[in-house]
Amino acid sequence: MAGLSIAPKSKKTTTPKLLWMAIAALGAVAFGIVALSRGETISAAWLVIAALCTYFIAYRFYALFIAEKVLRVDPTRQTPAYVHNDGLDYVPTNQYVLFGHHFAAIAGAGPLVGPVLAAQMGYLPGTIWILAGVVFAGAVQDMTVLFLSNRRDGRSLGDMVRSEMGPVAGGIALVGVLLIMVILLAVLALVVVKALVGSPWGTFTVFATIPIALVMGIYARFIRVGKIAEMSVIGVVLLLGALVYGKTVSETPAIAQYFDLKGETLALGIIGYGFVASVLPVWLLLAPRDYLSTFLKVGTMALLAVGIILVHPELKMPAVTKFIDGTGPVWSGSLFPFLFITIACGSVSGFHALISSGTTPKMIENETQIAAIGYGAMLTESFVAIMAMIGATVLEPGVYFAMNSPAGVIGTTAAQAAQVVSSWGFAITPDMITQLAQDVGEKTLLSRTGGAPTLAVGMAHILSGMFGGRLMMGIWYHFAILFEALFILTTVDAGTRVARFMIQDLVGSVVPAFKKTESWANNVIGSALACAAWGWFLYQGVIDPMGGINTLWPLFGISNQMLAGIALILCTVVLFKMKRQRYAWVTILPTVWLLVCTLTAGLQKVLHSSPAISFVAHAQRFSEAAAAGKILAPAKTMEEMQRIIFNDYVDATLAIVFVAVVVAMAVYGIIGIRRAIGNPKPTAIEVGLPVAIAGAGRG
Amino acid sequence: MVDLLTMKEWTVRTARLMIGIPDYQAYVEHRRTTHPDQPVMSYEEFFIERQNARYAVGKGRFRGCC
Repeated sequence: MAGLSIAPKSKKTTTPKLLWMAIAALGAVAFGIVALSRGETISAAWLVIAALCTYFIAYRFYALFIAEKVLRVDPTRQTPAYVHNDGLDYVPTNQYVLFGHHFAAIAGAGPLVGPVLAAQMGYLPGTIWILAGVVFAGAVQDMTVLFLSNRRDGRSLGDMVRSEMGPVAGGIALVGVLLIMVILLAVLALVVVKALVGSPWGTFTVFATIPIALVMGIYARFIRVGKIAEMSVIGVVLLLGALVYGKTVSETPAIAQYFDLKGETLALGIIGYGFVASVLPVWLLLAPRDYLSTFLKVGTMALLAVGIILVHPELKMPAVTKFIDGTGPVWSGSLFPFLFITIACGSVSGFHALISSGTTPKMIENETQIAAIGYGAMLTESFVAIMAMIGATVLEPGVYFAMNSPAGVIGTTAAQAAQVVSSWGFAITPDMITQLAQDVGEKTLLSRTGGAPTLAVGMAHILSGMFGGRLMMGIWYHFAILFEALFILTTVDAGTRVARFMIQDLVGSVVPAFKKTESWANNVIGSALACAAWGWFLYQGVIDPMGGINTLWPLFGISNQMLAGIALILCTVVLFKMKRQRYAWVTILPTVWLLVCTLTAGLQKVLHSSPAISFVAHAQRFSEAAAAGKILAPAKTMEEMQRIIFNDYVDATLAIVFVAVVVAMAVYGIIGIRRAIGNPKPTAIEVGLPVAIAGAGRG
Repeated sequence: MVDLLTMKEWTVRTARLMIGIPDYQAYVEHRRTTHPDQPVMSYEEFFIERQNARYAVGKGRFRGCC
């Protein structure tokens, strides 16, 4: 066994109690300041301290409790990495190296966008859920799924649901995953579109990543095979070159006109890109772009953490705004359930259950490391969400609302926007809006919904405070946009391939010939279907005058929490099957909370009386108007009226499907639990040797 | 053996695994000790094999996160 595996027990005796009491006290003070400050701004440092203290205590007292008492990790049990060691998929890997791998795999755009949107209610409600959610739900899910998969040779979530809960439950879970994939791709692509509309600098830089990736791909496949460091240096240098040159592009009208695009054009461009990229060989575009975005992602997050600690900016947003009543312009709905739906990945993400049952469980050296990797990586992801929250709330609240409110609410000129936003009690002048846009090198920042631009301004604010000052604002802003767009486009490419595979698998059960994934024609058709599915939602989002994010993000949040609910139901069932039900509250608690949130939100999306929240109420308002021969804004013709009504019903159907999936899984979960209780013996289907082999060495 | 890694090796190994390329030396060692009679992939072959494997979508293989 490798020397670095630290049994949780040994920590307990060596760590002085005083230190933990000091951490608890410091955390309590920081929390007091964060929660109780009214009327004056506080330093972001307090938020960071409160978060870090929470993480340390949660890890030491809750994660290790789950590992030792609930899951009973067995330090003498051979992990699949040793049993199946092949030097490729199954490799015993140092826990710190594996932590990096796992974190890079789970980190994405979700924790950056959700908290920014949640900031409309002030920094406090969002922060509390980011911390409470990760400690009791998100990290518990990631860690438990990692443990379950590790005990089953690294099998996937779908496989585990099938074998532990039956084939029907497995099938339902797969449909759920396909739907969430479609909504995820649409909403992430929408974030990119919203950030790039009418922005030649941003569009040029993001566009430039395609030829740069091609150069890198060819270099590492043919010129200097496998020289990752060399290709990455080439990529980063070219990327920074494109970033700097983008400014020149935006200032040269002759070139700028080609990159000054409307939302519709960008949407079609991204849909086309998703299609082409997903049928190209992986080494050409996907792999190099993935390498670049992974390194940039991890590097930028580290840089932002350093920036926040060094600059420790003031949070300008109030702790709680009046929009907790559900009347906010960024997204509709009251604090419960919609805040919990909106934050999504920063506290708990169903997607991580797919990652935790992917490559990571095949590389764990020892079961005692599961807490550090599964729980620890999710805590780190939560810290990314806290940084996003800080990035959004260091801005003047007026600026935040001018950037995140749809044009349908605040109008399209700085004067109109300043007037509307000021009337909400967030004082701002037209000059402040135009000056900021100028500073970052954009024509306008109004209604740049989707979170990415807000975070980019926040990051530019923080990082330019570290170096460069106001002169560097434009570079930092576009760097932040580039970094988000880069890994979102990687997800679009990889996600389209996943959706394609799932469609092929699904359709293939009816038309067997379609299952052959090596067939080029099948892949083209599959990719086209996948792109059409997410592209449809993307396009509807782009032409939606309420900004699209307003509609799509809650749907994405519901679907993601739904998947987390499914994963946690599986964990609960298996705990009962393992006869560990005494501790099953560890997963039951978050399961119940997630189900309550998703079901309430899903049903409100269908049944609520307010057209701002419910798709059906919205459709009815438009139907009534159409019947009376009236045309309601944003529609300009009767046809557009009909299209809005149709879209509403599609969205409502989707919400109903999500609710149905959750309810069905809950029923299967209860059946599974009852069966497990009825059987006096443990019934969990684990793979591998129940008894450890003494002195198990490297395979 | 793992404990003796220097800071640089440690960082390089982490960065490489982040993009799905595990340690080549460990692979070679594994092949030599457990399958001494079978051929060992060169680093180039190993890189290409791992790159394809990372993005091969299939049952239980999943990339892209939110």
